[in-house]
Amino acid sequence: MNHWIILPLLLPALVAPLIALAVRHDIVLQRIFSVSSTVILLVLGAILMWSTAAEPVQSYHLGNWIAPFGIVLVLDRLAAMLLVLTAGLGLAVLLYAINGWDAEGRHFHPLFQFQLMGINGAFLTGDLFNLFVFFEVLLIASYGLMVHAGGAARMKAGVQYVTINLVGSGLFLIGVGLIYSVTGTLNMAHLATEVGRVDAADRALLEIGGLLLLLVFAVKAALVPVQFWLPGTYANAPPPVAALFAIMTKVGAYAIIRVYTLIFGADAGASANLAGPWLLPAALVTMVIGMAGVLAARRLGEAVAFAVIGSMGTLLAAVSVFTPEAMSAALYYLLHSTVAGGALFLIVDLVNQRRTGYTDLLRAAPPFAHTGFIAALFLLGAMAMTGMPPLSGFIGKLLVLDGVRESSYAVWIWGLVLVTSLLAIVGFARAGTTVFWKSAAVGGYLEPARPLAPALPFVAVGILLGASIVLTAFAGPVTVYLDTVAEQLYNPTGYIETVLPTSGHPEGVRP
Amino acid sequence: MEFLVASAIGITMAAGVYLLLRARTLPVVLGLTLVTYAVNLFLFITGRLTIDQPPVLHQGHENFADPLPQALVLTAIVISFGMTAVIVVMALKAYVESDSDHVDLHPDDHGEADS
Repeated sequence: MNHWIILPLLLPALVAPLIALAVRHDIVLQRIFSVSSTVILLVLGAILMWSTAAEPVQSYHLGNWIAPFGIVLVLDRLAAMLLVLTAGLGLAVLLYAINGWDAEGRHFHPLFQFQLMGINGAFLTGDLFNLFVFFEVLLIASYGLMVHAGGAARMKAGVQYVTINLVGSGLFLIGVGLIYSVTGTLNMAHLATEVGRVDAADRALLEIGGLLLLLVFAVKAALVPVQFWLPGTYANAPPPVAALFAIMTKVGAYAIIRVYTLIFGADAGASANLAGPWLLPAALVTMVIGMAGVLAARRLGEAVAFAVIGSMGTLLAAVSVFTPEAMSAALYYLLHSTVAGGALFLIVDLVNQRRTGYTDLLRAAPPFAHTGFIAALFLLGAMAMTGMPPLSGFIGKLLVLDGVRESSYAVWIWGLVLVTSLLAIVGFARAGTTVFWKSAAVGGYLEPARPLAPALPFVAVGILLGASIVLTAFAGPVTVYLDTVAEQLYNPTGYIETVLPTSGHPEGVRP
Repeated sequence: MEFLVASAIGITMAAGVYLLLRARTLPVVLGLTLVTYAVNLFLFITGRLTIDQPPVLHQGHENFADPLPQALVLTAIVISFGMTAVIVVMALKAYVESDSDHVDLHPDDHGEADS
């Protein structure tokens, strides 16, 4: 048993209370603890990712209880890769936030660490009920972060966000309960072997449970028709928090990928490929609504929030085909859209801090400090997000188009991806022109309301945009790696055999 | 017994959803509480309804009550309790700050949070 697997959970779980209790009066110490913890998480993620090269699936049985009776953490290539992505994004966001955002309210750093713990847990867990628990851990931290720094609009948007997620949690429990009632297990590897053997009479219950879970994950992934919470939440959240939330929609996508390839995958008998027919139309509508929203946005922050919805549509359209080629493309797009979305939210805040009185409204206003440089950063971020060459968005969309070629709905996906990309380009071009270029024609100069922070915010944005450039430059090796990740998802035998005892699969516990 | 329990869950859930749709904070909080009750009851009976059965394997007993849903529902109750506390505090803060207990956002609410 590889004890390193539990560390991405233990480390933030220990550091967060330490920050909240021991060093709560000293913001500098808080920052040191928080940044070091996140750096260590990044290193840990890299070590775990390296270890999956030798041993693709590793399991960690908590308390040494045998699965499916005990709780189990599972590390495979997908989980390891997402741990690295989380820590990397977390580090960039943290570097941005320590320039003042973290001092606007209390307990930013402990909540941030708990948030990382919840996300890491959701990626590592091998059990549906624990997935629910880790969703709650990451959500309760996100409630705190969402209303960080206060303000009436933020509180109201926060109440909405909490309400929607609590309803989602209720549905999650109903889905989990339905699946448990007919299979007698919640361990994902055990479920993978059990769902094929469910009685025909109970199949309706099982599939309702499976589709309820899809609905819950769709809420997290901001998929139409349950995407409505995202623009209000992201546009009102503190921008560094919104940038961190770029990974939260991916948690929903991860849960969809995991549950519907492992449990309701090709081996699930009559329930095989449960999600595909529902996911594909929803993803295509999401793409259209998201990118049309970019065009309709009245603020830069709204435009980015809608672009995040649109990119989730593209990502899940590729997932919904459920072939290894399309999955590999979807994973590349997942990496890309996380860093691009995170970078854009930070850039919006750079604009926000400098345009006193106008904030990020799409209206011509006098130029502000660093206009040219921020305009260039925004151009890079928007190019990546909309999928213009040469950045990673272009390669991502190209891979998605290539990956879905075999699907019978390829024409629809191709058409909509191309049309919505155009919409997004027009939307971002309009937004960028209004904020940066038309401003040059207006006389005067906007003084920032507060003294501007030193270079660190630009470093944070640079890390994320740099990651996009690295993804482009090393697209070859990255896609080769992602092919092995996707291949592992479609050969769940290794996963099941690692988690469950080798001496035959235990029968269900029900009498 | 099945009919009683099922209709009790259904009615609680329906009342909860009705209150949720009122879109004012106090009914929404109460509605969420009712929905959580319904969900917890539902989760509890996924181990089947049994009477007078031991919850652990016991000599001389052919059947037993499934202990796992009880463990699950215990966790779910704790989590929902905590979440209810969070939303009560947040709803109160939102009411104090905006002087309105409407849950829905109005157009002029967007972006006012910029500090």
